Amino acid sequence: MSAAARHNVTFSGVPHGPVIVFAHGFGCDQRMWRHVAPRFADRFRVLTFDNMGAGGADPAGYDPVRHDSLDGYAEDVVQLCGELGVHDAVFVGHSVSSMIGALATIKAPGMFSRLVMVSPSARFIDEGDYVGGFTEPDIAELLDSLDSNYLGWSGAMAPVIMGNPDRPELGEELAASFCRTDPAVARQFARVTFLADNRADLSEVSVPTLVLQCSDDAIAPVAVGEYVRDALQDSTYVLLEATGHCPNLSAPEATVAAIDAFLAGKLVLSQ
Amino acid sequence: MNGEGAVTGFRAALLEDDAEQLYDRAPCGYLSTTPDGMVVKVNQTFLTLTGYRREDLVGRRTFVQLLSPGGRIYHETHYGPMLRGEGKAAAIALEMVRADGSRLPVLVNAVLERDSGGAPIVVRAAVFDATDRRSYERELVRARLQAEESEARASTLVRTLQTVLIPPEPPIIDGLDVAAAYRPAHTGQEVGGDFYDYFQTATGDWVFVIGDVCGKGAEAAVVTALVRHSLRVVALRPHQLQEALGTLNEVLLRHSERFATVALLYLRPGPARWRAMLSCAGHPLPLLLRPGQPPAFIGAASSLVGAMTDPSFTETDLALLPGDTVLLYTDGVTEARKGREFYGDDRLAAAAERYDGGATTLVRGLLHDVVEFQAGDPRDDIALLGVRVKDSLEHPGV
Repeated sequence: MSAAARHNVTFSGVPHGPVIVFAHGFGCDQRMWRHVAPRFADRFRVLTFDNMGAGGADPAGYDPVRHDSLDGYAEDVVQLCGELGVHDAVFVGHSVSSMIGALATIKAPGMFSRLVMVSPSARFIDEGDYVGGFTEPDIAELLDSLDSNYLGWSGAMAPVIMGNPDRPELGEELAASFCRTDPAVARQFARVTFLADNRADLSEVSVPTLVLQCSDDAIAPVAVGEYVRDALQDSTYVLLEATGHCPNLSAPEATVAAIDAFLAGKLVLSQ
Repeated sequence: MNGEGAVTGFRAALLEDDAEQLYDRAPCGYLSTTPDGMVVKVNQTFLTLTGYRREDLVGRRTFVQLLSPGGRIYHETHYGPMLRGEGKAAAIALEMVRADGSRLPVLVNAVLERDSGGAPIVVRAAVFDATDRRSYERELVRARLQAEESEARASTLVRTLQTVLIPPEPPIIDGLDVAAAYRPAHTGQEVGGDFYDYFQTATGDWVFVIGDVCGKGAEAAVVTALVRHSLRVVALRPHQLQEALGTLNEVLLRHSERFATVALLYLRPGPARWRAMLSCAGHPLPLLLRPGQPPAFIGAASSLVGAMTDPSFTETDLALLPGDTVLLYTDGVTEARKGREFYGDDRLAAAAERYDGGATTLVRGLLHDVVEFQAGDPRDDIALLGVRVKDSLEHPGV
């Protein structure tokens, strides 16, 4: 199976246009970009995909060893985009995927020429002077929340995740399932995401990077966005007047406008 | 109160129950927020559950700010996107932080109202106290973790037992090239009855054993260990294959209700050839690969061990020349099935000829072939043991 099939890749937009890749964060799948990605289809080749273990990605592609660190996810990105011959592309990552994208730019120079980090965090857990917004017990509590929410669901919903065509009555549930993942996978991804520390990686990112920060984000507070901005070699920082961690859903207009402005300033179209 | 009185009383109560009371005194907390989460309206039940005053919340706190830190992440990564995407979220388990800092486990149902243009206006949430339910769920989580741990322990036990039954690395023997392979049935969650072994007698003969104890699991493993270790004792004396098998038969009859098949191969080095003595107790006949000749099954079939009080065993004596290979295997090879089709002797002979390029190549190639034949999911254990007499030019022990 190709990496594109494994990752449930969706293409749209201009066939030979410059490539823009949208990567979703922890919790949901590529549909997180449904209000944003189509807005780039008039001038880009738009590529959205599901991280391994999420959404419509091939369950067999999830490897508890490979996917025990963000490096594994970054290798997935490099493998996927390498297979598709992507170069000089724009990588737009939400939340943890902005770090996955950062790692991918380091691993595969030339593959991405610009990086957009939407609501990034270099590390979620406070350490010394660094304010991540959470303590270790907080993260333990999150893992507990995941367990609680999957308890009632895991058995009953499993057929939906497997895509059972014999039970159309589950169709509606399926529509609501995009934020639901195999519990074991969700648990490991939560651990990988919220225990990650990518502070040291940021200084190695050499491509121009846009940091999009929401003014009222309960997961990645403003101090974290500023930290990311300062740690990067070449960053542009935009503070959105928006509540929450997902401006791609809650403030798609402002998100599109910010990415547009960033790319317009520096976008180089191949002649 | 008579029946008529009760009906009258119910009607009176119903009339009194105006919308305001239905809202404020509902059996669950109600909370309305702006699409961004700012609390705009809250009922008395919610205030009672959480200990906040109305003025602490309305216009001052967002829904997310009422959650535990872990719940906040869950809200932002799952519940919020679901609500925006689907317009509703049901039975979401969260923990709220009460006014006094204590935690309140809740289940939340929420809907997102939109105006005629599709723009979000308000989120309405019903909040249920889930304290009892949560402690029950914790029990379930604990039980599940225990189940997972005991499964992990069982797998470790299986692996450990298997290493007792299957020796790790073949010995390095001057003039011989030895390789072996073992593949448990299916996913390998159960100990199988296949085993093999190799050891040297006091007089310098090499003994190669392969066998299969009937049944699977821990009980079969106990018998497999008994057979393997008994053989190490009874087969120590040279030239006594039938006697060795007879003694093993006696041991099994006395100490177990299981029977086994065993193939016993002695190899004695000579100046230009190896002398081979072979005895097969109910076991599939080994295959001889000789350069320039078609593969041939060698030895003669005889009784199982541990089944009858008066078994008869046969012994075959032959000379092995440089380049000859003897392949010992279990019935997991020949009785491998694809639908109704067996892997069978002919397919084995043909495949062995194809992979005849040293013991390791042979054993690995055959194992791969048999597993592939069963679409990667063998229904029985597979054990293979190949012994090749090196060409005289080959360096001994390499």
